[in-house]
Amino acid sequence: MNKPIELQPDETFVLNVGPQHPATHGVLRVKMTMDGEYIYDAETVLGYIHRMHEKMAENRTYPQYMPNMGRLDYLSAMAFNHGYALVVERACEIEVPERAEYIRVITVELNRISSHLVWLGAFVLDLGGFTPLMYCFDDREQILDLLESVTGSRLTYCYFRFGGIYNDIDDDFIVGTQAFIKRMRKELKMYAKLVTGNVILRRRLEGHGMIDRDMCLRYGATGPVARGSGINYDVRKNEPYSIYPEIDFDVPVYDGCDSMARYLVRMDEIEQSLRIIEQSLEKLPEGEVNPKKKPKIIKPPAGDYYAAVETARGNFGIRLVSDGSKTPYRLKLRSPTYSNMHIFDEACRGMLIADALAFMGSLDLVIPEMDR
Amino acid sequence: MGGYFTDLLTGTKSLIDGMWITLKEFPRKPVTLNYPHESVKMYKRFRGHIELIKNEEGTSNCIVCGMCERACPSSCISLAGKKPEGSKKKVLTSYILDFTTCSLCGSCVESCNFDALQFSNEYNLASTRREDFVFDLLKRLEAQE
Amino acid sequence: MSLTLLNAAVAVFIAICFVGLNAAYLVWCERKGAGFYQRRPGPMENGPWGLLQPPIDGVKLMTKQLLIPGGVDKAIFMVAPVLAMFPALISFVTIPFSKNIVAHPINVGVLMIFAFAALGGMSLLVAGWGSRNKYAMISSVRAVSQTVAYEIPMLITTITIVLVSGSLNLSEIAASQLGGFWKWNIWGFQEAVGYNILMPISFLIIFVCAVAETNRAPFDLGEAESELVAGFHTEYSSMGFGLFFMGEYANIVIGACLVTILFLGGWSSPVPLGFFPFTDHVGWFLLKIYMIIFVFIWIRWTFPRTTIYGLLNLSWKYLIPISLFNLLLTAALLKVF
Repeated sequence: MNKPIELQPDETFVLNVGPQHPATHGVLRVKMTMDGEYIYDAETVLGYIHRMHEKMAENRTYPQYMPNMGRLDYLSAMAFNHGYALVVERACEIEVPERAEYIRVITVELNRISSHLVWLGAFVLDLGGFTPLMYCFDDREQILDLLESVTGSRLTYCYFRFGGIYNDIDDDFIVGTQAFIKRMRKELKMYAKLVTGNVILRRRLEGHGMIDRDMCLRYGATGPVARGSGINYDVRKNEPYSIYPEIDFDVPVYDGCDSMARYLVRMDEIEQSLRIIEQSLEKLPEGEVNPKKKPKIIKPPAGDYYAAVETARGNFGIRLVSDGSKTPYRLKLRSPTYSNMHIFDEACRGMLIADALAFMGSLDLVIPEMDR
Repeated sequence: MGGYFTDLLTGTKSLIDGMWITLKEFPRKPVTLNYPHESVKMYKRFRGHIELIKNEEGTSNCIVCGMCERACPSSCISLAGKKPEGSKKKVLTSYILDFTTCSLCGSCVESCNFDALQFSNEYNLASTRREDFVFDLLKRLEAQE
Repeated sequence: MSLTLLNAAVAVFIAICFVGLNAAYLVWCERKGAGFYQRRPGPMENGPWGLLQPPIDGVKLMTKQLLIPGGVDKAIFMVAPVLAMFPALISFVTIPFSKNIVAHPINVGVLMIFAFAALGGMSLLVAGWGSRNKYAMISSVRAVSQTVAYEIPMLITTITIVLVSGSLNLSEIAASQLGGFWKWNIWGFQEAVGYNILMPISFLIIFVCAVAETNRAPFDLGEAESELVAGFHTEYSSMGFGLFFMGEYANIVIGACLVTILFLGGWSSPVPLGFFPFTDHVGWFLLKIYMIIFVFIWIRWTFPRTTIYGLLNLSWKYLIPISLFNLLLTAALLKVF
């Protein structure tokens, strides 16, 4: 590990990284005060892609707002849809048929894998390796094809409905998913050799980008970022929803606190997601995918409701305040990257710019979700 | 100084492992499509822009109830109809889809109780003019086979 | 060979053509190779297998506007791309492609190549300094420290070979390895190198140095696109950028030539068949350099980038001590045998 150096605050210059910069994966701007290649101070500037999603909710009926959820985090749109469906179902007390729950879990986990694959590719691209990105996208393509065949869309699925799902899965999907699980296991071994084992990558990640447990708790970081710092918190286990309690899976936790720990958490999560999908496919019951009894117009009784789901990036909480009308009175979205991002300002002080950008990659930022 | 040579050896081995993997990929057939010359077949459930369904009489099933208009989150559908004399049902006179604001959510198709709307399989829509994306679905219905 | 003006002109013309053609088609090879490593076909649209891509790219670059940002030091800004291309061109003059094909054999050919390679580092510094861009500045500082760090082990390793062959003339170095692949300097178990079994490691060192000298991945810190946008050529457009690009590929060819001459026997054919017309032919030389370039491309599309400290650590902790040790060992062994 490198010894921290004494930085000279009076010999600095400001480096403006973004909003158009290859490493920020979107329109994030970071104002870095640099001493040579070392970062003295950094300030993240958000808001370049703010679209007022929370305000939009107040002007739309409940079903009309569903497509918006896919536009928050375009990489794990399914989980965000799940969160919104969950909160409205809790509010209106709609029962979800068991088959629908299983299909939801299968699609959400497939989506989680595809999100992690994009992260893996983009992260290695941040580190300067181009080829893994293409392999990741090839694997992700298989998932997108599967999801497209059932949802009709490749990115903004909008597959869930209050109380159920858009339409049932077919045998082709099940066969395709099983084939994909087999393929993905093989590919994971390949990634372990090509990427995880690579000495250059390990040198760049091990011991760099440290965020300790305390910092994670202070900033409210969740997901792989917190689990890489030894915090065993996963909404699927801690506040179970859907059919997750019936499924046997582990939550990978690493104590490394460095970029490598976060990397390994995500790689292990892909394997765990494969396990979840495998079990769900085995247990998949027959039956309807939409409830028989469902209110024609969604009008939750006045009150305050909350639901949280584990997206690929962490805890996505959604708070719904209803006044009993057709539109929400207030919809508060608590998105994971927003909290994870703010660690960057504090943690990157004293880092080299190359390490800081690798660290930023390991946080897995999705800017539209942050700005909302 | 400890591990100086083991570092060197394990490091070199990991690099050779990586190079072996990429070398194995080298002679393989590409997985991509040569897009403008070949194109993918869309799935049956593919959600393209919407279009009206032609019934046996060669017209639309639409009774101008306006459910799709109300369901649309982006208010990109506007339709009009009139009652011909001596008929109980309304007949569609215009159905305009402003595709520039459409978010392809499919709420309209789902809300339709009369089996009048479906998704088109068309996906490579491109133009330099905004007006090209204001679709008159009734005209498109007539052009359908 | 007497060097008349005409001879020189023809030689320079051929060198320029060779470099230009190589630079253009190495870009195509690189893109095609990248494609194959990445499960895709690479350029396909222009001409068969995209073979017309390089000339079309060239036309595109030339017709683009050469934008000079406000506030830059114009003279320095303009001179940098020329400085990047020029030394690479000049270095070709002394490289022997075969026994007879050499533009101008110089007694101190090795030194000349190193002298001009150092000039290449200078062009990066000038480009970064003149661009009035913080990213370019950081990148040029990096590139220079990298060049300095990697020239040392490269020179030391070269001196080892000079000791072995007893000449600074590239033609003579290559000629001393004629007569079958077992005579090449890469193999340690032969009398010419004093049975120094560390020779293959020397080869690896000079190979790594060649990759680093030419600023290629995994050592492309100068143009680390995810950190420094495009590094020292961030502000360059049109042919300014084109010259940097050509210079980079010309440097790759030079690096490959140097490695081939020093360690792989130059134009020597692997098996000495006296009656076979292609024994010790220029074709072998070209085959060797393109094999080395293939490995360059292969490495680039496999590994992530190192950081500046990783790169300097590798040089100062591993390459320099090992190459120094190897130099001393070779000198001692040559004395013994």
